[in-house]
Amino acid sequence: MSDLFISEEAATAEEVAAVDAVIPEADSVLIIESERLVRGGQARRNERRHLLLPALHALQHEIGWISPGGSNHIAYRLQVPPAEVFGVASFYELFRTDDPGHTQSVTHICVDPACRIAGATALAEATEAAGGKVHASPCLGQCERAPAVFIQGRGEPDAVPADTEHPSAPIHQDPDDLQLLTRIGRYDPTSLDDYRGIGGYAMLAKAIEMGPDAVIAAVTDSGLSGRGGAAFPTGIKWRGVADQTGRPKHVIANCDESEPGTFKDRILMEHDPFAVVEALTIAGLTTGAENGWLYIRGEYPLATERINGAIDAARAAGLLGDDVAGSGKRFDIDVRRGAGAYICGEETALFASIEGYRGEPRNKPPFPTTHGLFSEPTAINNPETLINVLPILEHGADAYRGKGTDRSPGTKLYCLSGNVAQPGLYEFAFGTTLGEALADAGGVTGNLHAILMGGAAGSFVGPDAMDLPLTLEDTREAGTTLGSGVIMVFNDTVDMTDVVVRITEFFRNESCGQCVPCRVGTVRQHEVMVELSEKGTLAAERSQLIDDMALAMGDASICGLGHTASGAVQSAINLGLIGGSS
Amino acid sequence: MTAPASTNGGAPQPSETAVTISVDGSDVSVPEGGTILDACKAAGIDTPTICYADNLTPVNVCRVCVVEVEGNRTLVPSCSRPAEEGMVVSTDSDRVRHSRKMVLEFLGSDVDLSEADEITQWGEHYGADPSRYVTEADSSIAARAPQEVKVQDNLYIRDYDKCVLCYKCVEACGDDAQHTFAIAVAGRGSDATISTEFDVTLPDSACVYCGNCVAVCPTNALQFKSEFDLRAAGDWRPEDQTVTTTICSYCGVGCNLELHVQDNEIVKCTSPDDHSVTMGNLCIKGRFGYQYVNSRK
Ligand SMILES: Cc1cc2nc3c(=O)[nH]c(=O)nc-3n(C[C@H](O)[C@H](O)[C@H](O)COP(=O)(O)O)c2cc1C
Ligand code: SF4
Ligand code: SF4
Ligand code: SF4
Ligand code: FES
Ligand code: FES
Repeated sequence: MSDLFISEEAATAEEVAAVDAVIPEADSVLIIESERLVRGGQARRNERRHLLLPALHALQHEIGWISPGGSNHIAYRLQVPPAEVFGVASFYELFRTDDPGHTQSVTHICVDPACRIAGATALAEATEAAGGKVHASPCLGQCERAPAVFIQGRGEPDAVPADTEHPSAPIHQDPDDLQLLTRIGRYDPTSLDDYRGIGGYAMLAKAIEMGPDAVIAAVTDSGLSGRGGAAFPTGIKWRGVADQTGRPKHVIANCDESEPGTFKDRILMEHDPFAVVEALTIAGLTTGAENGWLYIRGEYPLATERINGAIDAARAAGLLGDDVAGSGKRFDIDVRRGAGAYICGEETALFASIEGYRGEPRNKPPFPTTHGLFSEPTAINNPETLINVLPILEHGADAYRGKGTDRSPGTKLYCLSGNVAQPGLYEFAFGTTLGEALADAGGVTGNLHAILMGGAAGSFVGPDAMDLPLTLEDTREAGTTLGSGVIMVFNDTVDMTDVVVRITEFFRNESCGQCVPCRVGTVRQHEVMVELSEKGTLAAERSQLIDDMALAMGDASICGLGHTASGAVQSAINLGLIGGSS
Repeated sequence: MTAPASTNGGAPQPSETAVTISVDGSDVSVPEGGTILDACKAAGIDTPTICYADNLTPVNVCRVCVVEVEGNRTLVPSCSRPAEEGMVVSTDSDRVRHSRKMVLEFLGSDVDLSEADEITQWGEHYGADPSRYVTEADSSIAARAPQEVKVQDNLYIRDYDKCVLCYKCVEACGDDAQHTFAIAVAGRGSDATISTEFDVTLPDSACVYCGNCVAVCPTNALQFKSEFDLRAAGDWRPEDQTVTTTICSYCGVGCNLELHVQDNEIVKCTSPDDHSVTMGNLCIKGRFGYQYVNSRK
């Protein structure tokens, strides 16, 4: 029927059922009216391809892998070439393309630094010894309750055991600083009425009343910059999309959160989901985008459930849909689950992932504001960035600027983990010093040795950095970064070489593989670190090599992953944390 | 497709649709939409490229063509970045030379470039030293098992130890020429490879044996079986080969064929990239249908 070559390997009944639950017959690309009349074509194929990722999820969940028969059925339904279905499936950590040979759920155990130093290796061994199927995972975004576990369900839903064991979010806060975490714990995150009871959705009403230009002016005047890592001014981004006309537009909440050490977006989605949905709705109405997307990393089942619940409730209450809150404007939100790929948090990779392609970033320019999702104008923001808009609208830009510093207005969320007394999510006004932040978390356990700032893509600082004010400008000047707000603490009992080896392994595993400097550079960098861990010292020519590789990865890679892949290593060497005596 | 570019040795004559940029201190004009690479060509500056081809959409993944553009934090790929009025480009700065050298070193340390002469020559040009990396002797982490050459039919072979992952074959098989989509990039990171679905053999895949992927491969990872066999026998002698241009006789399209002949036998068949009909592409008949000529048995 189709001109696509698909092998004879047929899907089983359960594979067909799993895929068809996501792509009903009516959604199939080919519409077979009669033997002679088949409709389909390139346009319809492009339009439907975004169902590829959800279909792969369904198949993986049902039978534990992406089988040739099941893959063929997806290929046929969506008219995507089987080689491309395979190319996409094999890109993601949560999809297997070989038969697992068992029918058990798989226990993903985090092996990244916060969990490593909290006994992840022993937990993995014990789980395996007890007959569990263990998969070593990069940071699972639960660093505050290390060692972290995620169960990839088979015959049962995906689950995070800690979600039920510790249902409340461990948040520690100075009430004076709070404007982002104020709602957490104050309402039932499954109840829209409850959310409204504490003032929820008042800012959507206000935004509608103010109109897009006034909202953008307030956001611009507030000095709000992106919290996803790159600190781009949000007002400029929104203006850029608002000014685009004549094409469908999108706003996206980038909830892929996979930077090692980061768990703030998970807590926001789990405990304040309505605020994320409300803020994304404001972004949509303000930029004139009718399509909202929320891309949540695949290892966050509770966040996904809560966000889905919030969207459904909002839609039922007319806060999403054809006439949002009586504004006369249309806006709705689709949720997409990632499938285990740090790189899909990079904005252009995220677009490709939603579109049903491999999560490979592309060169910028062109920028997302003109060529984003489906090559259409797109404003993509981190959820923390988005919820900042609520206090900005509520109190005005001036009041917002009352906190923080001139160049870093407002407050910031920090994910404290590792050797601190009370790991968790904190909110501090910009300008709080690193030492104050640590003190708020109950101080360091043991003797402070090093702190990883901004995650694997960030850099280490030493105990002498306690007076460093946590602002964009001061951290930049000090040669480090706030990044996504990671503050991961290591005391002097931690084997720092082991930590740095793992960070280099992380980049090796998470590189999309597209460009040479990063694909090969991350491997070579990891090899040098492993050699160092075996030999104990770094020869002069190896130090030179590390520097040479860092320069090329930083200069010639396509995206931020390659650009930042050597920062932690270099800072560790400079601080004398690794490489023998300093 | 490369737009024709013009050099204006110091006397730019900007037309409505031309942009003028500075390349290594000289002004160069290219038609609007032209790339920095076009400008470099126009200025007579030789630029290494691996993943770029005139007849394929730029994927800008190899990064060997990077240049420095004033005002850009990182280097930019010249093969895909459109020239913009007033750009100031350096093609031979320390940063540019360093990154090009490292890309070539990385590839040399990772891939069998023994039949990729152009790439190794550029490596020598930039002083690439692929031997300075961690080897198996230094650490077991550096051990790499060679892959088996995929010989699955009589028409062409795939030796992915020679693959630099330039995406050219995927493009040629897909949107840019053949629209067969038999192969794609699979896996991620350093495990990424070119593969059919579930690595099935080519005869079991969608492949129609047009050989267009072979024609664009810059490293001989994809190789006509005829060449592969002669090389195995130690009898591949490009210097003794003659190339005869003719028109394919199978159908009326009029594809240009270049028959590469060694010892009176056709050893491979290509088509010129710049030929208006084929853009370098052929079908199975034109590409491999010569075999009857050779068979006198
Ligand atoms: C490798 C990589 C991973 C990223 N992961 C995330 C992420 O998980 N969440 C996020 O918001 N931004 C992430 N970013 C940054 C995004 O590309 C983008 O800048 C951000 O979503 C924009 O939102 P903002 O302006 O609100 O920060 C990542 C960037 C890179 C290079
Ligand atoms: S820098 Fe790394 S992750 Fe980014 S595109 Fe290149 S290979 Fe992919
Ligand atoms: S021979 Fe043609 S059809 Fe086969 S893989 Fe190569 S380009 Fe695709
Ligand atoms: S097989 Fe050849 S053309 Fe294909 S990606 Fe590898 S090197 Fe490039
Ligand atoms: S969950 Fe283990 S380091 Fe983040
Ligand atoms: S030739 Fe430009 S990036 Fe490969």
